[in-house]
Amino acid sequence: MENAIIELKGLTKYYGSLKAVDNLNLTINKGEIYGLLGPNGAGKTTTILMMLGLTEPSSGEAIVCNYNATHYPILVKRKVGYMPDNVGFYDGMTALENLMYIAQLNGIPPGDVKSRAFEMMEMVGLQAAMHKKAGTYSRGMKQRLGLADVLIKQPEVIILDEPTLGIDPSGVKDFLSLIRQLSRQQQITVLLSSHHLHQVQQLCDRVGIFVGGKLLADGGMEQLSQHLFSKDAYVVMINVKDVLPAPWEHEAALQRLEAVTKVAIAGDTVEISCTKNITPDLVRFFVEKNIDVMGVHKKQYGLEEIYEQYFENNQHENESDGKSSGLFQRSFFKKTRKQ
Amino acid sequence: MLRKEIADITRSWRFIVLLVLIILTFISAMYVSLTNLKAAIGNESDSGKLFLYLKLLTTTDGSLPAFHIFISFLGALLGIALGFDAVNAEQNNGTLIRLMAQPVYRDNVLLAKFLGALIVVSALFVSLALLMIGGGLIITGVWFEAVELFRILAFIVLTVLYVGFWLSLSILLSVRFKQATASALTAIGIWVFFTIFYGIIVKMIAKAFFPDPAFLSQAELFSWNNLLLDLLGLAPSHLYTDATTALLMPSVRSLGPLSMEQMAGAIPNPLPLRESLLIVWPQVSGLLAATAVCFALSYYWFMRREIRS
Repeated sequence: MENAIIELKGLTKYYGSLKAVDNLNLTINKGEIYGLLGPNGAGKTTTILMMLGLTEPSSGEAIVCNYNATHYPILVKRKVGYMPDNVGFYDGMTALENLMYIAQLNGIPPGDVKSRAFEMMEMVGLQAAMHKKAGTYSRGMKQRLGLADVLIKQPEVIILDEPTLGIDPSGVKDFLSLIRQLSRQQQITVLLSSHHLHQVQQLCDRVGIFVGGKLLADGGMEQLSQHLFSKDAYVVMINVKDVLPAPWEHEAALQRLEAVTKVAIAGDTVEISCTKNITPDLVRFFVEKNIDVMGVHKKQYGLEEIYEQYFENNQHENESDGKSSGLFQRSFFKKTRKQ
Repeated sequence: MLRKEIADITRSWRFIVLLVLIILTFISAMYVSLTNLKAAIGNESDSGKLFLYLKLLTTTDGSLPAFHIFISFLGALLGIALGFDAVNAEQNNGTLIRLMAQPVYRDNVLLAKFLGALIVVSALFVSLALLMIGGGLIITGVWFEAVELFRILAFIVLTVLYVGFWLSLSILLSVRFKQATASALTAIGIWVFFTIFYGIIVKMIAKAFFPDPAFLSQAELFSWNNLLLDLLGLAPSHLYTDATTALLMPSVRSLGPLSMEQMAGAIPNPLPLRESLLIVWPQVSGLLAATAVCFALSYYWFMRREIRS
């Protein structure tokens, strides 16, 4: 799109000898909703911390809103809101007081602080529980309060680390639609780090898959599936009325169609893998042969398959330089396994 | 940020408990000294000056230690209690990372914790001293002298400095340790060590390594003695008690043994404030240095550290 609001160039981070983030190059454009996917220990949180200046990269740079995050973290934090997983509040103060404290720390003029805090609470739907102590809040309310926290400074970018962890499904739906609404309305760029593939799939424009500190894939859903499953990018399942006899007479002809790579017949379903979307041609083929077509399903690879594929490919590499576990842990577990 | 810290401290349980303890100590010390005031003043033989208020703070008839001795115990506890969970509780709660995500400088967090506690402690001691002076005025009707006021002010400053040392030590430990209990126990352990064991260990080492005094000349004896005093002076409570003794009892001339030559020609008069201050200057600078070192170390460790949830 237009301008890049986050640019990561050659970002690398070592913890001792462990490479947590490996030469990361990523660009996120303004107004996008970007999903950071990856297994635990892939380096997502480390990347986020480096973007905010909370950790120093071993090499490379992170440029957010045209400021270098390591050298000018305060300027970055003025424009970026961050909600960590396990967000904590001062339990002794009410939710409104918590918000007002954060607003004051952000330099909002004292006259506006209270009215802004009120607005935010209404926006996230917590106005009924405004004056209750933050310690009494349920998990879902805390996440919403965290969102209000992040938005009170009217940022350009918001970074959410596992925002829907531990929230019931309806709450998740509301939360995600709220995020999407805010992003579109106020042109806020959203960076979402999550394990929940369905949610990421629904919400995000682009997705980045992190494994072992490396960004393995980056792009929208169709781009990713095309990239991965270039041979079997599209699978069309055609349900016919009558069970097809085996061997089916037209199988060879079907396979000879351009862009068809594989044909699998199971009872009354024909599964055709193709490199291009030739569904109309397939349907025409069946109609010409006078076979009654009951249903046509186009299976597009979902995020789960893509995720699994990438994760599988790198699993064996991961085991060698995975997270370092303590010596005690290793020897202890070895003993129990021997028993 | 400072406002919030102060509000948090004054509302917290542990501060209230310690406050009650200190007030009780104060009241009992005052009571003891008031009842013995007549005897103390009656014994005043070496000067025409009547330092009533200083006597109030220091007289004791042996049943209870003097107020400033009490403070050397309780002040340490106060400093430790206010600081031991300064940073690690915030980290464990998840609020530290939320705080760090705001555009505030990281050192402001440390400074706010330190200064917030110091402000509360200073307010406490100033009000206690003023209460004492007011109470004394009402009860005895004797007006206080300017010198006394300055000495009492210096005493307050010294007390706040002493509490500040323990505060910065416990903040240092809270930055270092992840668990609040670990930092609290370490701080208390250090305090117990210095209060009880340090003197004993130093004396044991002195007995073992220092040469037999019978075989030494006068000058060598002095130098060994000074060495012993210096070693003992590494304990902050010792520094504090020395300094306050010199400040509050103007007739105290020196904090170590004096040779006959030094004593010759000395007029038994209470010292003016400046001279008393000069005597305690090494102690004061020792405390200041220790506080500064602790704070600098905690600063160094905190500033570059990675903060994760």
